[in-house]
Amino acid sequence: MNKKKIIEQAAERAKTKKAALGEDVDVEKYTTETKNYDALNSLDEFPEEYKQNLLDAGIEPSGKERAGSFLQRDRCVVFSKAKYKGLELMSTTDAMAKYDWLEDYLWKAIPVDMDKYTAEVELAQSHGYFIRSEAGSKVTMPVQACLFITSDKVRQNVHNIIIAEENSELHIITGCSVSHTVSSALHLGISEFYVKKGAKITFTMIHNWGGGIEVRPRSAMVIEDDGVFISNYILMTPVKSLQMYPTAYCVGRNARATFQSIVYASGGTKIDLGSRAVLQGEGSRSEIISRVIATDNAKVIARGDVIGEASNVKGHIECRGLMLSDNAEIDSIPELKATLKDLDLSHEAAVGKIAEEEIQYLMARGLSEDEATSVIIRGFLNVDITGLPDALAKETKRMFDMSLEKVM
Amino acid sequence: MGAMLEIKDLTVEVEGKEIIRDLNFNIERGAVHVLFGPNGCGKTTLLMTILGFPNYKVTKGSITFKGVAITDLPINERVKLGMGLSFQHPPEIRGVKLGDMVNIALGRKEEKIDEDVVELAKRLNISLDFLNRDVNLGFSGGEVKRSEILQLLAQSADFIMFDEPDSGVDVENIELIGEVMSELMDRNKIPSKRERAGLIITHSGFIMRYIKADRAHVMLDGRIACTGMPDEITKHIMEDGFEKCVAVCDERGIC
Repeated sequence: MNKKKIIEQAAERAKTKKAALGEDVDVEKYTTETKNYDALNSLDEFPEEYKQNLLDAGIEPSGKERAGSFLQRDRCVVFSKAKYKGLELMSTTDAMAKYDWLEDYLWKAIPVDMDKYTAEVELAQSHGYFIRSEAGSKVTMPVQACLFITSDKVRQNVHNIIIAEENSELHIITGCSVSHTVSSALHLGISEFYVKKGAKITFTMIHNWGGGIEVRPRSAMVIEDDGVFISNYILMTPVKSLQMYPTAYCVGRNARATFQSIVYASGGTKIDLGSRAVLQGEGSRSEIISRVIATDNAKVIARGDVIGEASNVKGHIECRGLMLSDNAEIDSIPELKATLKDLDLSHEAAVGKIAEEEIQYLMARGLSEDEATSVIIRGFLNVDITGLPDALAKETKRMFDMSLEKVM
Repeated sequence: MGAMLEIKDLTVEVEGKEIIRDLNFNIERGAVHVLFGPNGCGKTTLLMTILGFPNYKVTKGSITFKGVAITDLPINERVKLGMGLSFQHPPEIRGVKLGDMVNIALGRKEEKIDEDVVELAKRLNISLDFLNRDVNLGFSGGEVKRSEILQLLAQSADFIMFDEPDSGVDVENIELIGEVMSELMDRNKIPSKRERAGLIITHSGFIMRYIKADRAHVMLDGRIACTGMPDEITKHIMEDGFEKCVAVCDERGIC
């Protein structure tokens, strides 16, 4: 029996398997029947009414200062172009047709039968992106990929494969966005990252969903010797429900994984968000940082998990939560697991409110109470992003400021 | 012309407990006063009340600043009128850099820590690296004081209160701090040209070697127990302690 068949059968068996975390989503409520959209010659041709949605998700519609752009609307890929030597960018479907070897990467970091959502993506996949940097290529300009929903009740099932070959470098900005005309939709996104020896991937993701969207991403990274993976996650707008627990497997010697998450949960948002690092390579390291603000009736579970399975590994979790409402909830759950003695794992978690004396201190420098509160919130969410090229770091800061501007 | 700061019959409560009782106190434009007193006598309470911290409740009396009744104004409104405070124990604020605080004190929307900020910081031997640190987070005692005075330098208030500006400051920096404080309170100008005023709390009196003050007061149990020339008062405190100093004042009728 061929691989494809085996995977399909495993998916069939997992079709009704509930996820370990997060409330159960009825996938059948959403449709796989959607309109077809014509391919665009350039991102500029994308309808004007959606441009702001792209911008809000950190996507540059002109494609300027980007190594390549990918845009998927509902279940159709409408644009995909790499303009950098050593970079490949196309839909996963095209990539599968082009490369036989790609099946070795499919469902390798994430089991297809993990839960009903992984099974669903396998059985009713709607593209997703394939991004690959060739061995030795340093693609310092970011690649941008946008997964956009414009139809009500749509089920967007993407499978993304990202490969940084040996000693290459890849910087990705992913924006997930939804048109304001959509009142409900489901986004399932599988992302498998492969960081080869000495390679580096930075992944900056902005989630810009709406209050009617259910989101179940499934992401994993396999990081080889001296490989580096850095994730920056920003969520500032409401979402109906989101659960994800991206997991980095540091399999190589001195592999490194960093997760930074910035979340401003408002309205009736329900989020169960974690990051996990499995340190299997000798001397590998991980850092998990999260900043969560909960206001209105938002409920957030902030998880962090480090599993040390090799000698000389080091992992740290820092979860901070800020409560702005008596009706909100933050549940901070850091976990550490060690299976041998020669390692160093630690965590710190804190949840609190804005301290009066901090507000008064800022007022003593001339700010009003509201201005002071805003400065403190901004400061709380301000995580210094390290490891990004200068231009991208600035860009990320700009995206963060813009997202914050919208909610404050 | 009335005093720059006028305090009349002031009674202040903190968490239901009376700390200051029927206090009367004026500071003229261009004058610097120093306030001595043992721990818990109400010195810090007086400063916090003048700047309007909500935990310090005025139950009686009034505060007038530049002719404006400020007793009920919020902190930032008083700051707009020209008041400034160097905190004794300022809070740490995560993610807000000292450089950001300087920009705020300068009244700028600017988020970058630019040349102007760096130049100001140089005056207090503060490096760019230090400007990029979260304010007060892990600062040493001396660093806190320099950071506070840098923010005041940016703020350019014309009535500045200093709460223990000398505690925890090493010998190397005390002179520098004294110099900048003197400048902030127009001490380097001839008396007739002095516009800005100040009120300094000091427990040790150490900083007074570097600043010339016009008047000194000793505070005891929430009231001003004794007032006189700074040199004289300092001498009595050093030799005999606070209580004795007050007793001597009473005897000689200095107050």
